[in-house]
This record gives sequence, structure tokens and C-alpha cells, in this order.
Amino acid sequence: MSDNDRVKVTIDGTEIDAGMGELVIKVAQDHGVFIPRFCWHERMKPVGMCRMCLVEIEGQKGLPPACTTPVADGMVVNTRKEHVAKAQDAVLEFLLINHPLDCPVCDRGGECPLQDQTLAFGPGESRFVEEKRHFEKPIPISDLVLLDRERCVQCARCTRFADEIAGDPLIDFGERSGEMQVITYPDEPFTSYFSGNTVQICPVGALTATPYRFKARPWDLATSETSCTTCSVGCRGALQSSSNRLVRLLGVDSEPVNQGWLCDKGRFGYEFVHSPNRVTRPLVRRGGELVEASWPEALDAAAEGLRRARDDHGSGSVAVLGGARGTNEDAYVWARFAKGVLRTDHVDCQLGDGLPPEVVLGLPRATIPDCDRAAAIVLLAPDLKEELPVLFLRVRRAAEELGVPLVDVAARDHGLTRHAKIVIRHAPGGVGGLRDEVVDKVRDLVSGREGPVVVVLGRPSLAEPPDATVHAAAALAALPDVRFLSALRRGNVHGALDLGLAPGFLPGRVGLEAGSAHFAAAWGGVPDAPGLDAAGILESAVQGQVHALVLLGADPVADFPDRVVARRAIEHVEFVVAVGAFLTDSSRAADVVLPTAVWGEKEGTTTNLEGRVLRVSQQVTPGGTPMADWRLAGELALRLGADFDLATVSEVQNEIAGVAPAHAGADAALLRRARDGVVLPMHEHGDELVLDAGSLAITDASWEPIRPGTIASEEGHASNVGTGVVEATGTGSTTTVKPGLTETEAPVAPDEEVAAITSAAAAAVGDAPKLYRWAPVSDAPPAVKPDAYSLRLVVGRSLYDAGRVNSESPSLAPLAPGQALLVHPKDFDRVGVVPGARVRVTSGRGSVQLPLHPDRSLPEGVAFLSFNQRGEGAGDLIDIGAPVTDIRVETLRS
Amino acid sequence: MPETRLVTKRLHDRPDDSWTVDAALATGAYDGLRTALTMTPAAIGQEQVKASGLRGRGGAGFPAATKWSFLPEGSHPRYLVVNDDEGEPSTFKDRMLTERDPHQLLEGIVIAAFSIEAHLAFIYIRGEFALGYERLEQAVKDAYAQGFLGKDILGSGFDLDVVIHRGAGAYICGEETALLESLEGERGMPRIRPPFPAIEGLYAKPTVVNNVETLSTLPHIIAMGGDKYAELGVGKSTGTRIFSLSGHVNRPGNYEVELGTTFRELIEAPDLGGGVPNGRTVKFLIPGGASSQWLTGEHLDVALDMDVVQQEYGVMLGSGAVMVFDDTTNPALVAWRLAKFFAHESCGKCTPCREGTGWIEKVLYRISHGLGRPQDLDLLVDVGDGISPGVVNAPFTQTTICPLGPSAVSAVASLDKYFRDEVIAMCHAPEQVSA
Repeated sequence: MSDNDRVKVTIDGTEIDAGMGELVIKVAQDHGVFIPRFCWHERMKPVGMCRMCLVEIEGQKGLPPACTTPVADGMVVNTRKEHVAKAQDAVLEFLLINHPLDCPVCDRGGECPLQDQTLAFGPGESRFVEEKRHFEKPIPISDLVLLDRERCVQCARCTRFADEIAGDPLIDFGERSGEMQVITYPDEPFTSYFSGNTVQICPVGALTATPYRFKARPWDLATSETSCTTCSVGCRGALQSSSNRLVRLLGVDSEPVNQGWLCDKGRFGYEFVHSPNRVTRPLVRRGGELVEASWPEALDAAAEGLRRARDDHGSGSVAVLGGARGTNEDAYVWARFAKGVLRTDHVDCQLGDGLPPEVVLGLPRATIPDCDRAAAIVLLAPDLKEELPVLFLRVRRAAEELGVPLVDVAARDHGLTRHAKIVIRHAPGGVGGLRDEVVDKVRDLVSGREGPVVVVLGRPSLAEPPDATVHAAAALAALPDVRFLSALRRGNVHGALDLGLAPGFLPGRVGLEAGSAHFAAAWGGVPDAPGLDAAGILESAVQGQVHALVLLGADPVADFPDRVVARRAIEHVEFVVAVGAFLTDSSRAADVVLPTAVWGEKEGTTTNLEGRVLRVSQQVTPGGTPMADWRLAGELALRLGADFDLATVSEVQNEIAGVAPAHAGADAALLRRARDGVVLPMHEHGDELVLDAGSLAITDASWEPIRPGTIASEEGHASNVGTGVVEATGTGSTTTVKPGLTETEAPVAPDEEVAAITSAAAAAVGDAPKLYRWAPVSDAPPAVKPDAYSLRLVVGRSLYDAGRVNSESPSLAPLAPGQALLVHPKDFDRVGVVPGARVRVTSGRGSVQLPLHPDRSLPEGVAFLSFNQRGEGAGDLIDIGAPVTDIRVETLRS
Repeated sequence: MPETRLVTKRLHDRPDDSWTVDAALATGAYDGLRTALTMTPAAIGQEQVKASGLRGRGGAGFPAATKWSFLPEGSHPRYLVVNDDEGEPSTFKDRMLTERDPHQLLEGIVIAAFSIEAHLAFIYIRGEFALGYERLEQAVKDAYAQGFLGKDILGSGFDLDVVIHRGAGAYICGEETALLESLEGERGMPRIRPPFPAIEGLYAKPTVVNNVETLSTLPHIIAMGGDKYAELGVGKSTGTRIFSLSGHVNRPGNYEVELGTTFRELIEAPDLGGGVPNGRTVKFLIPGGASSQWLTGEHLDVALDMDVVQQEYGVMLGSGAVMVFDDTTNPALVAWRLAKFFAHESCGKCTPCREGTGWIEKVLYRISHGLGRPQDLDLLVDVGDGISPGVVNAPFTQTTICPLGPSAVSAVASLDKYFRDEVIAMCHAPEQVSA
């Protein structure tokens, strides 16, 4: 910002330098003056409704709201003068006259902005002696959110969030005057994937979340800052527990990551941690049955099985699948165990449902904030709203608010289509043939526009291999300043890929060949040749060439697109070790089951889709005796004669920083201080690094954006994420203590320190093997013509599915939509079926029975199925070896 | 004392068919437009209308030419929006003009649109005006057919289309920014200003919102010349205004008189109000619609001058409705009925109005129904102070977004100012009782 854009304003006697156009309320807050407010929220447009932030601006008539008034040069603002205080006092009294004051039974009681601000700015008692207004309460406005209309202060934070941020304008105001209330539309509940955010930003207890309702009082909560690992966006959150049970996750406002928002699956998915179906003790197979065993027994059995396979059939007979749901530390130690000790490269954290690792690791990477400043965003990915919901919010905002043009390349319409500037439709599996057209259109679109071209690259459909998408990506890679944002979904898939849980790669984004010497020196040895990916491993298992298989939290029967192959493979492997928290269709067949601690139960880091390493925290102690995955790997290694000598998470982090080239410099100490995480490789992303200069106290009001790094993370009883506010000085008085928002924020380390750290990282990288770069060449996949009687299948995901987080969380499980085949109504006649009917769906692979529903957003000739819903479905139809999945549909005779 | 009929001339001269295009054309309709189209747009606004001193007839009394001048130069498209959402209790002049002289309104619309260079005008008509809507719709059709609307109006090269939009029954939509929201299909709630409609109005384009009577006056200003028009009236309250006279008068109705006429003349002149029935006297009157503060029988000789009433008596001529109450009236009951209206019509957007108007209504109900406590009047004044700090005098101060909330305080302030003893005397409930 140039000097011309700066203005001088005086707030309560202090002269402040501010940016032109900034709002008075924000400028004041940034300088420690808290102007009370209800409706204003930093991440939404001001509306000036609640009138709580009225201030005096000298020379202006009346009392303008600070939230709608931009600063101007020479402006003099008074926020606490007597007549201002009187107006604020009046507004609070107005807000309270009809408020039920049922604080003792209200979820918000104790962390309530209405309570806190009344104490700080309001009257001591009410003069209202009339009957208060009454409503039926609470009423559900969605499956997850209840509304108490008596507590509501009509600030429109929820309705604005739904409209402005989520793009789901399903709640609004109804009625007027004192009867004004938040409503849903008739027969249309507030079915937004983001509904939980409305509860968090509600300044009273009007909106409560069913999973948290009556579960805890705020002053009993222990809190730590963490990252959500439900998907790979890595949203920052404040994880809260009471009596060793997770009870709430609040969004933390990390500017580069989630800007404070969470999706409902991430927000409420903590429930799975306390599922009664958890495996809490080791199991070994005895006499055909899985029975409880001690840890030494189980570890010995697992180690022995792996050793026997390796010794009898060679390293190539052992394979490891999974690892994308753990921490980076888990991934690294398992990679070291698999590749350094077992010496197998048949290791894949993806399950045939992602992209080739060389594409993900080898293309220039974009960050999430790159979306905000992009010349264009190209979507070559699955439906972000379903798979990476908070990235969907970011891209939507970029398109809607920031004017970034979207190019939507897909086989069908999805959540972002209506925000797209250019829509390119292709037949399922046919994007490769359109790649020149796509490149030309993008090139035209960005000419004259500043900023990078961000390509969101993922797996648009599981019903076909990624080849066509990769082929298109290869062409897009030739555009100037193009950067790729990986849309792989699984929580820590990017960390697992980075840390070597992929065939042909070693930790730190180096190829097996390039890093061979370096890691042989560090580890004592590495595999000789590149191994197989998940599809290869499973097919090889079917052919009897895999003798021992480790399922690292993986459930191929559920998650591998071709269920037939997955099931046969597991049946064929002699020895299966399942490492995980639940018994699944895959792990039930295991010989040894090693229970692991999950998110919320262990410390560590996760890497999001940008390659940003973010800390996750332990907030509860698991029941039973589960262990962190990385400790298991160390224990198994020890039994195979290798002592990793890794005792703590920090030691693992320091080893990663020391040996993994992309992680150079990102040691334990730095990870603890990096406010918004560390984007890898660090020497290329020094500008992303914000370091806290010291340790922190707390906290922000949870209804206000919670700033990263403001939550104390000491072990055990961490601080509240309450408003942390005020002291009363007696009935009827105003207090001198203000809700402190910025004072508690830790100071930020100076730029010089950041520069020193990044240049040290650069020096370290200089000596290490080169980071892998993909030479974007690929062959055009063959075009396959559909026959006249077939529909071509697209298989995507719904946010709510039959996955473990979802199905083991009681609040989320009922939200899974279930399995139904969707086709365009015009296709009904052609294939001779009627909507609502149950149909038999047959592919070259198999046949399933499903209900059939119309969907006008699909092109004709295309059918859609959601992956991993309960019962038979897409997994039974997809042939992992086929270039596309064509299906025939016939009505079932009753 | 006779009326001075400019705007109401045709509807009186042709009581049986004044709304038809034939009657209108036979009595000089669109002559003003013909003249206007020979002028430059700027000459109309910044010479004629400015010289006429015409002030808005909707309530605020803002000079029309000045309002037009706020449109940013060169910014197009821009819109003219006609506020025909007359909902102020006891005001019924725009309804009469719409029902009985729609062509005069359309003529005014074309003149205004020509002057501000708008090619699209919206008439936001109160939903309950069924007859007005029918006649206006017919008038628009006829005006298109006659070449007064549409392309190349009267060969001038000026194009104007008119769209009629019916409101859905909310008083707040008479507030210009709430009207614009409603017109855009949103919930009718006022907008935060700035930006003002002249900069960002309908669909975020520069917009002028004018009242029906204001626009209906334009043809006469053009026909007689702005200077000549300004000779009517008094001081800066030039010309004539239609006053909707109601309450305890023998001849309630709309009367067009020169500004500067006194309340006494309006109420008592035999060919105007005809006096208070049954030989009663005026106890108090509401001079400018329900939003205004009150005057009493002491003030009958005050002139109908927008500036004088405001500066000297703290009231406003507002929408031009004069409600008269005789000496049998319980002022607290009147205040309660008005408060009930405002509490019902508060849009709910901002706290002080949403909550405060309802509170005032409840307390006034108690007072006027025998449950008042001695301290209730002071309580009311202080509650009013939270909506309209300092209360008491027009122009309003406000903690609210729009003037609806302060309007509800006017009656409270008036009770306190003129009827304090009477109100306190009717409060018999013990101080500690709760309702």
C-alpha cells in the first residue's frame, strides 16, 4: 500500500495510521479499542443492523455505526463518550428486553457475547416489565442445527453466512418488527454442508449444534489448536474436550487456509473418535478367530509374518497400502520401515482413487491464497463442494468476490459450475481429447490478466483411470506461471506422498533413483527398483505374488474403485497386518490387527493439499491401548533388527527435517512456531512463513474469528476459547475491562529471522538430492465410443458417505444420501425405465440393483453414482483395467 | 377561503372522467411535457425546477432540483423511481392523484426522466391501491399509444419506458431505500447510507426517487414557469400542497392550498375543513402525518410553512396529513394507537426500532388502559431517547437506520411536552407492579 492510501485517524484520543477505506470498527480493534458489536463479522459484508457499534465521529451528525463507516483522513472517533455510552447502553437494553435470559441452561452461557458485552457496556438491570415474546423452541432448521428464536438478536450473521459465504441461501428472515425471526423455506431445511459455522458465529445461544448441545459448559473445556484431517484442506481448528471426551471443534481463522470456516463433516466428525466400535486392543488370529492379545504378542506375530514373507519370497513379496490418514510422522516412520527395512517399494498411500504420484509431486504447486490472486482458476477435479468443502468456499469467493474467472472442465455440472466463466463439457473419460481447446481458452482468458493460472487437479471420476486427466494436465502445464493445486481428498495423502508412501519415491519429494544414495546412507538401504501402485499391488496379490500385506489404515474393499479385485486380493495374501482403529471389510481378514490412536489422540503434523505442514494436537487419551502408527513402525523395525531410535514426535520431525529434502529446515521447533504452518519446500515459500516470537496465552471470542496461535497448547488443561473477557465491577455499572481481542495475540517474529530460516533451508536443500520434477508428457488415452444402449458412468463422492469418520459419527451417519443412480430424465425413455424405479445396473464388471432418480444437471447419456455409500454400488461396477465404465440399465420385474 | 388548485384542478373539473386520456387531453394534459421537450434537460432541473423552489412532497421536504443534481455526471443508466407507496396513516393525497389524475403523474414522470436523462422509470404503487393500479395501468397503455411514452416521445428523440410494480403491504417500503430493495425483489428493509440512491440506487445505479405529488406538480411548474410557481407559497415553502385533513373536522378530505395558509384556516374555513364538529375545540393536532410530533389548540395560527413549523415548533409538515383531535380525546390512547402502528410496521432490521417500538407500544397500552405507573412516562421518554437521542424536536436524530423508529417516538415526546400532567394523572398502578 502506498503512502497515499494511508490516513490518520484519532480514536479515543490516540492517533492511528490506517488504510484508506478500512472500517472504523476494524481499525479500532487492530489498535486495541474494542467497539461492541453483534452483527459485524470480519469475513462478511457489514450491514449495520444491530446498532451496537454506534460511535461519535466529530463533525458528523448523529451516531454512525463503526462497522459501516470507513476511516477518512483526519477523522476523530469517540467510542466511549457519555452520549455514545448511553446509546450503546440503550441498544443492549433493547436486545435484552425480549431475551429469555436462560443463561444457566444455554450452551453459550459463559462464552456469550451478549453476556460479556452486557457486562462491559450494558445496563445493570432491565426496566422492561412487560411479557416477553414467546416462540416454540428450539426448532430444528437442519439435522445438525437447532434454532431458539427467543434468544436470537436478529444480527443476520447466520443468514449472511449462508448466502454470502456458503452460497446456500436457505435461511432468511421471516415476519417483521418484533416478530422477525430466522426461517427456513417451506419443506426446505437448511441442508448446507457449512451449517455449523452459523452456530460458531452466532453471538448468542440462538443456534446450537445437536452434537454439542448440553454436552459441556465452556469453563470446563480444555482446548488446543489443531488441524482438521477429514479432508486434505487442513482447516485450522480449536479442538475442545471435557472429561477426556472431544466435544467441539471450532474453526480458527487462518488467512491462508480456512479463513475461520469448517465444513460440517469436519466440525462434527470428531464423534468417530469415541465410537464404541473402535479396536482398542491388539488382535491376532488364533484358530481362525481374531482374539485379543498383548502388544508384545501382536507385534511379534506381525514382525514374524513380515519377516517370513521377505525372507522366503523376497522384498517384493511384501506390500504396504495406506497411510494417508495418519500424521506425517506416521508416514515417515512407516516409509522408513517399509523402504529402509523391508526394502519393498510396493508402497502406496493412495488406493487407485487418486493421481499418479509423479504428477502430484512433480508439477509446480499452488497455494490456497494463489486462488485469490489467480489470473484464472481451472477446475479439472471432482466436485470440490463434496470432496474439499472449504476449498470450495475459497474458490467460490475468488470467483464471486474477487472476480477471478473460473474455467470448469468436467463431465457434469457440480457445485462451482454456476460460478464458472467458461464451462467445457466432455464425455466421461474424454477430457484428453479436448485438451488443446482447454489450453487455448485458458490462454485467451488470462491474456492481460495478472497472476498465476491455478489448475485444481484431481480425479474427476473413479469410473475411469486418471489417464485422460493427466493428459490434459500435461498440456496445461505448458501455460506460463501455471501452478497446480492438488484436489486429492484423503486427510494426509499429501503428507504421505511427500514422505515416501508411494512407489518410486522417497521422503522429501525425491525420486527413488535420485534419492537412493542419500537415503541408503541415512537408512542403511533402500529398494532396488520402483514398485507397484495400489492397483498393481492388488492385482499382483490376486496372482499370488504378494505374500504379506500391511493395511495402514486402508480399507481397499471399501475404497479401491474395483471391489472385486480388492476382495480377491485380500483373500489371496497369506499374511495381512491391519493397522487401524476399526475392523473393516478388509481388516476382518487380517492375521494381526494393531490398534492405533487417531486424530485428537496424538500429536504430530499433517500436510494439506498445498504442501503446507500443519500441527495436529492430542486433546484426549484413547481408551484401551492404541498406539500411534509411527511407534508401531519403530517397534516392528526393532523386531526386524533395525533400531530407529525415535522416541518422540519431535525427534521424528527433526529426522524428517534432516533427511527429507523438501522438508529441509522444517524441524520441530519451527513447526511449533509457524502460525499458519510451513509450506514446503520452505525456501520457495518464505513469504508464507509467519512465526510467533514467543509462547502465547489465549484467546479470542469463539464467535469472532479465532486467530491462529492464540490458543495456549499446554498439556492437559488448556485455556478456554471463551471470550476471555470481562470483570464486572458491580450491578449496573460498566466495567473498565474490555473484551480483549488483540492484546493476547503473540508478537510475530521479525522478517530477518524468517529470512535467516528460509535461507538456511535453501542451503540445506542445496546439498540434498534434487526435488522431483515431472516432465509433463503423456500419451493420449484411447477414445472409446459408447454403444447406443449404454450410459457412460461418472463416479464421484458425496461429502457424507460410508467412510469411517462419517459412519462412526452418530450425528453424521444419517446424512449419507445412500446409493442411487442418477440419469438425465431424457434418458429414461431411451433406456426404457421410469424414475423412482429400482433398476438393475450392469457393467462389464458386475451387476447391482439400485433406485433410479432423475438429475437434470447431467448431460444426456451420462449416469452418476456416488462412491462408497452403504450397500452394493459403484465399487461393484468399476473395472480398474477398463478405460471407461459403460453401464446398461433395466427395470426389475416385480 | 378557497383552495388554490393546480395539481387537483383536473380531478375537480372533470369529476366523472378525469383519469381518462380523453378528459386529460381535453384539459391540457401533456402540454407541460411538450414545452419541457423543447428545453434542455439541464434547463428543466437546474433552471425551472430550481427556480420553483419545489420541495419533496413525500415527507422530508428536500429540494427536488438539488436531489436531481446529486446524480453523478455521465453515469448511465440511471433510473427514476416513483414512490407511490403512500402509507403514512391519515395521508391519502397520492392515492387521489393516482386514481383520479394518472396522466398528470405520467406527464410529470416524463418531464423528470427527460431532465435527469433516465430512460426507465418504475412506479412503486402501494399494493392496496387496486383502483389506482387499474387506472394507472390503463393510463400507461394510453400514454404509450399516444406517444407520450416509449420511443421518440413526441418526436423529441427521447425514449422512456415505465414499469408499474405493486407493493406487498409494508409501510417501510415507502422509505426510499427499502422501496428500492423491495423493487429489486429483496425483503423491504432500508439500506445503510451512504451510498445514497443518487449514487447507488436501484440495481446499484444512480437513481432518483420522487413522490407522486412532487412529480404531479412538475407539469404546472413547466407550464407556468418556475419563477411564477415560486411566487406561490411562503418563504422557502413555495407553491401549493395537498393536505389530507382528517379527524374531528366537519369536512375531512384533501385540500390543495398555498403553503403559508394557517392551520386555523385549513381546519376552520367553510370551504376547507369547516371547523370542529359539535362546537368542540381543538385539543391537539398532528400536523404532518403519524410520524410528526404534535401541536395543540394553541398553535392554530401557525402557518403551514415547512421551515417555520420545524424551527419554531419542532414539528414537520411531513406527508401533508393533518389529524385534528377535539377536547374529548385521550391523548394517551391516540399515542398508543400510533405506537401500535409503528411497532407493527417496524421492518425489524435494526435493534432500537425493532425492540423499542414494541416496548413503547406495550407501555402506552398500559397507560391508556388504566395500568400505567407514575414513572412510565419518564420511562417512555428514556426509551425514546435510545431510539432518537435527545428526542423532542424535528428533524429526527436517530440510532436507527431509517426514520421509522424515531417516528414512533414523536407521540411519546408530544405527550411529555403537552400532556405530562394529564398522562401522569391517569397512571394509578403502584410503582412496583409488573404487568
